[in-house]
Amino acid sequence: MNATALFGFCAAALVGIGLYGLITDPQPLRKLLAFNLLGSGVFLLFGVVARRGAAAGLGGDPVPHALVITGIVVAFAATAMAAALLVRLFEETGHATLDSDAAQDGNTVTDGESS
Amino acid sequence: MSLPLALEISFAVVLLANAVWIVIAREVVAAVIIFVAYGLLLAIVWVRLAAPDVALTEAAIGGGVTGVLLLGAAARLRATEATAKPASVSTRLVAAAICVTTSCALAYVVGSLPDAAPTLAPAAMASLPETGLGNPVAGVLFVYRALDTLLEKAVLLLALVGVWSLAPDRLWGGTPELCAFPRRSSTLLLLAQLLPPVGILAGVYMFWVGAKLPGGAFQGGTILAAMWLLVVMTGLEDIPPTSRRWMRLLAIVGPAIFVVIGFAGFALANAFLAYPAGYAKPLIIVIEGTLTLSIAITLGLLAAGPPVRAQHQ
Repeated sequence: MNATALFGFCAAALVGIGLYGLITDPQPLRKLLAFNLLGSGVFLLFGVVARRGAAAGLGGDPVPHALVITGIVVAFAATAMAAALLVRLFEETGHATLDSDAAQDGNTVTDGESS
Repeated sequence: MSLPLALEISFAVVLLANAVWIVIAREVVAAVIIFVAYGLLLAIVWVRLAAPDVALTEAAIGGGVTGVLLLGAAARLRATEATAKPASVSTRLVAAAICVTTSCALAYVVGSLPDAAPTLAPAAMASLPETGLGNPVAGVLFVYRALDTLLEKAVLLLALVGVWSLAPDRLWGGTPELCAFPRRSSTLLLLAQLLPPVGILAGVYMFWVGAKLPGGAFQGGTILAAMWLLVVMTGLEDIPPTSRRWMRLLAIVGPAIFVVIGFAGFALANAFLAYPAGYAKPLIIVIEGTLTLSIAITLGLLAAGPPVRAQHQ
């Protein structure tokens, strides 16, 4: 097994680990973190494909490299937007959960305190 | 087993261990700190995959600025951590099954990639001399796929407008704050006084060298943003109110010049974002230079988040 294939399997595992965190973690901020993990695994798959396409004196295909650079920047922009949404959700409602039952409970408590 | 392969296996193992740790860490802040370490490790893997441009971007954005952003969010959301109900065992089992299947399918695909890998490297290198650039990744970003790069800038600006819009009405145009970090740390203070001159020089150099060697507007801009955030974190300087005109102008100047040069391509080279022969490199330097500033200010403001204090009249 060569190093490129090794990192390819590593990327496949990263996607799985990220997906697991995304599904099971109850806290939205940690889902965001897991989603970034999943994304980095996908980027790494691009890197493996690019490395295999090494030709013309280059260490890798520059087209996937440029795509991944763009992808990392866009992923950051999306993460910033999601984090800001979460903080606003918390400021408005006093909780930050995607669980609709828990959200209902939270609202009832806040209503009770204000009345 | 050769030494480099042993080294690479250890990188892969530590990387995966970090990823698992991020998912199972008890506290969000701990998970974010491991995520930063993970980003730096991943950058080393990118170097091993012969992609130094991506490695610089991953270290700067994936590890650095995302870390600052998430640490800030984690500090603000700390009160919600205790109340989160963990997923049930059945959910976990089903999720684990789905994830193992996904990983195995991907690993199978990796294992069965064709031996003669398709590549655009020869095509990218063939036209590179005409552009005057020496870095093929810069060639892809600013010549062959310039539209992608332009749209990506639009995404960054839209995200910034979106983040600012999340502030309550009375805070619109107010001042964002990096409240997550202790302001009186003397180590941080020393770093904030020592690093910026070196960091700014490194950022400008990285933009300048990007035409020829690994580097470019993204990486240079992120280092400039990091220096700005470092100074703001220690309280040496405050973030200016988001209503400041010069700051908004700085955020759009790069994309605006990119668009102007793009449309000038219709008149001068018969296509959108085409450069007239012989002028490609100077035009790209102008675009990259202004983009570096715009990226720096936009990334810094995105990491700082929406305004939290009203503007003082």
